Amino acid sequence: MNRTIITVVGKDRVGIIAKVCTYLASNNVNILDITQTIIQGLFNMMMVVDIKDSPKPFDDIAKELSQIGDEIGVVIRCQREDIFDAMHRI
Amino acid sequence: MINFFEVKETNDMIQKENLDVRTITLGLSLLDCIDSDLSKLTAKIYDKICTRAQRLVSVGKEIERELGIPIVNKRISLTPISLIGSSAAKSPEDFCQIALSMDKAAKSVGVNFIGGFTALASKGTARADQLLMESIPMSMSETDRVCASAVLGSTRTGINMDAVRFMGQIIKETAEKTREQDSLGCAKLVVLCNAPDDNPFMAGAFHGVTESDAVINVGVSGPGVVKTAISKVRGESFEILCETIKRTAFKVTRVGQLVANKAAAMLGVPFGIVDLSLAPTPAIGDSVAEILKEIGVEEVGAPGTTAALALLNDQVKKGGVMASSYVGGLSGAFIPVSEDQGMIDSVEAGALTIEKLEAMTCVCSVGLDMIAIPGDTPESSISGIIADEMAIGMVNQKTTAVRIIPVIGKGVGESVEFGGLLGHAPIMKVNPFSCSAFTKRNGRIPAPIHSFKN
Repeated sequence: MNRTIITVVGKDRVGIIAKVCTYLASNNVNILDITQTIIQGLFNMMMVVDIKDSPKPFDDIAKELSQIGDEIGVVIRCQREDIFDAMHRI
Repeated sequence: MINFFEVKETNDMIQKENLDVRTITLGLSLLDCIDSDLSKLTAKIYDKICTRAQRLVSVGKEIERELGIPIVNKRISLTPISLIGSSAAKSPEDFCQIALSMDKAAKSVGVNFIGGFTALASKGTARADQLLMESIPMSMSETDRVCASAVLGSTRTGINMDAVRFMGQIIKETAEKTREQDSLGCAKLVVLCNAPDDNPFMAGAFHGVTESDAVINVGVSGPGVVKTAISKVRGESFEILCETIKRTAFKVTRVGQLVANKAAAMLGVPFGIVDLSLAPTPAIGDSVAEILKEIGVEEVGAPGTTAALALLNDQVKKGGVMASSYVGGLSGAFIPVSEDQGMIDSVEAGALTIEKLEAMTCVCSVGLDMIAIPGDTPESSISGIIADEMAIGMVNQKTTAVRIIPVIGKGVGESVEFGGLLGHAPIMKVNPFSCSAFTKRNGRIPAPIHSFKN
């Protein structure tokens, strides 16, 4: 298991989830959990994914997702789950 | 599994509240570089730094990318150079050669500061300590990234007043030598009492002789995070205020511990300590002064400031200690003037004086830090300010330091711009009455009675 958290924040529009999920599927990244909500008018999504079976390294996935974000006008960030575990789990 | 709100809280801290890891500092022992031939010594120092620290910056950047948190500085601390150079360096110029090789190595591996150009003179001044201190003005003007320090006292040894007097002179000479850059050399020079061996923060970082060959020490930060957290409990009791600071400090420190463990594993170097610090930067919202104002003082320096700072400092430690397996370094709230916009505002508002800052240093780490004073301040007054701060450290068994900048050619009412993390500072007034008859006395102030614990 190589858990990564993907967050997507930006103006809501049609096809954000579809675009991200298509990329993940084509790179063999397994989605474990998705949460999505609108906060102060902004689309907020968090995904927990497992990238252990992906042929691409973390850095490439992070960079390419960020580029997809630029194309559709949202901010997409990838972070290892470690930082959230460290901060919120004892 | 981690939930949405936890992810959002962490990312808001990073993106909106300036949460960062302030520094990953690689401590390196140079004891195996000692040689009686100066050129061999400088070559060995350069090679050792370049070999051992080669991957420090790239590993830091990799961790930044993977965790999504900025690691602002990657730095190196070395065994005090007065020890390493004592056999080869026969003059201040020789010590300057060592500083130049440190600077060259720092630039080669890409770290922004390298510490350890240090004299250990807390009880007496050895010949090498004297020569190193004499070389500081030259070394600070000829290098860009080298930080110098001198340890002038401790609870166990008392205060070496001969060295205090001499460093007053050296600080003034360093200011003169770097006057073209608003006396910037003094921003890279600090004197300390009770200096820790494992401090990751500059300018006072050095790798003590009690340490192993190499070690990773990490300094965390996050004043903006604490400020935001306590703004949500405005008007509540001290109990709730303190609990909020503790919880926040715990979270911030856990990130520091994670980064330290990762860096240590990736570099194959043991993890040393996490320094539990609130280290401000000139960025808006990254200010310790803003926390004090949020606690309830109108400006830093108002009555109540010292108590508010004492409370803050203690809660940061209590929360942080639980979050890390080893805590060390300076650990506490820093109150540099030029590096904290809120402090600058309070000085400019007339609320904050050197005397009040001195009182505040009794209850926090570390000391009088990044304070610009008039360029015509007498050497004896600088030595007096140092002696006062060393006395606070000695009696209270804590680390204290002085990093003070007599800005040549400038006076009260003017300000100075250092740039970057060092910020800008209004020139602060120094008490005009003399202490020269005091600092002229030879010898040392004996260790206080409560140091005799055996």
